[in-house]
Amino acid sequence: MNTTGIEFKGVTKAFIRDDGSKQVILDQVNFSIPAGKTTVIAGGSGQGKSVTLKLILRLMDADSGQILVGDDDITRARGNKLKELRTRFGVLFQGAALFDSMTVFENVALPLRERTSKSEDEVREQVLSSLEQLELLGHENKFPAQLSGGMKKRAGLARALQLKPEIMLFDEPTTGLDPVMTQEIYQLFARTQEQIGYTSIIVSHDIPKVFNLADQVIVLNNGAMDVFSSPEAIQWSNKPHIREFVQTTMGEIYQSHLVEK
Amino acid sequence: MFTHNDDYYFMPKQQNPISRLGNCGLSILIDLGRMGCYLLQMILGCFRTPFRFSEFMRQMNFIGVGSLVVIFFTAASTGMVLGLQGYYSLHKFGAEGMLGSAVSLTLIMELGPVLTALMVAGRAGSAMCAELGIMRISEQLDALDCMAIDPFRYLISPKLLAALISVPLLTALFDVVGIAGGYVAGVHLMGVNPGSYIDGMQSSVTSHDVWLGTVKSFVFALLIAWICTGRGYFVHLIRGAGFGARSVSKVTTQAVVLSSISVLIFDYLLTAILI
Repeated sequence: MNTTGIEFKGVTKAFIRDDGSKQVILDQVNFSIPAGKTTVIAGGSGQGKSVTLKLILRLMDADSGQILVGDDDITRARGNKLKELRTRFGVLFQGAALFDSMTVFENVALPLRERTSKSEDEVREQVLSSLEQLELLGHENKFPAQLSGGMKKRAGLARALQLKPEIMLFDEPTTGLDPVMTQEIYQLFARTQEQIGYTSIIVSHDIPKVFNLADQVIVLNNGAMDVFSSPEAIQWSNKPHIREFVQTTMGEIYQSHLVEK
Repeated sequence: MFTHNDDYYFMPKQQNPISRLGNCGLSILIDLGRMGCYLLQMILGCFRTPFRFSEFMRQMNFIGVGSLVVIFFTAASTGMVLGLQGYYSLHKFGAEGMLGSAVSLTLIMELGPVLTALMVAGRAGSAMCAELGIMRISEQLDALDCMAIDPFRYLISPKLLAALISVPLLTALFDVVGIAGGYVAGVHLMGVNPGSYIDGMQSSVTSHDVWLGTVKSFVFALLIAWICTGRGYFVHLIRGAGFGARSVSKVTTQAVVLSSISVLIFDYLLTAILI
């Protein structure tokens, strides 16, 4: 059972705009992402969804506060400690971030070759098995430019899962995919999470579809965070910006569907 | 390791000219500091294991072998022009016999290292910058960080090592081809005595001159690899570069210009210090 969750303690992140004004992305936010569960981070454009992911990965520094990954504060980690913490994560980037000059096989094999002492035969066996699971067998010698959007995402997911991460971060995983492929990708997330048991954090615009996966929903708005223990709980919020968010992103049909549930 | 603090991007545009000047100065200082740390990481990356021999060989092929043709033609043309112009100048004083000495010293101490560096900066430096810039904007460098793979050991330091070995070798080739070009122009076209050309070269070029040229080519290689890869690596943090593909093209141009200017400045400094 995975016991690695994430906790934000008083985290602040702000940028200074061109006109000199300060744009607060996160203002002293406190929340927990429970281990082994799926948390969806939603919010309008520019509200800091991707910034939150970058802060978790320490690809960006917080202005203040602590971000605990399990018991370790990633905001203070340096050198090998930071590396060790990062190996606990798997990330599926918005554009999959596959290496253009490598084949699908080489992309997926990269973390195994670089981070483990497995023999080439073992690497080959594990990579081909993953590609088979993700229905990419037969495409292993193709380059990313020869793949469709959905295949790229699956290859990116295969690469992210190779080291059996404790926490998976998905940054807009279904952007640019058609509804059928979106559905397939979500099913894939649910299946792999069941197999590996990772803590899942999904940043997505694809609402309400992504809510089917969510155990917890976080809505970002002007530096503040609203945490809901379930997608259904959003509709009961009295806060005007949440009601507006529900209206614009989910519409009346989904609201009534939620009420029925 | 570096994090993506975008604050630099959002440096306020102050109305007050003094504040703007101050901000500009601060930006340059921040940039220099960042590039200094980057250089240190780049050098340390050469000693981190496991060494990526395949990437190193790929870069040797790209920077070294790939530049052979352009270096050959630049050297031949430079040597021949030096032969003709040198003959024209020396002939006025009846000193055509010094042509070999003039051509070889000019090439070995000055033009060989400088022109080789400029050619490598234009051909390979721009490609190194664009490659890393594209990897940055398409999140491939972030992906490496997230897999806890050191981008310096994996990607950047092999480029530095390959440049440090390739550029001095290319410079040596430039010198040889250039001197041969000068010989063709001076001896075969202008009728200078072949013995005096060779003898002049042998008697005037000392090991110190060759050493000076070699030191220059090492320093230029370091400058090219540092500036070109560094600009690509930090494409998202460079003020005024913009975003996306446009930022990569802008920063690539900037990298070639900066590395070329640096080569010329360091050429003067090294000559002044070492001669």
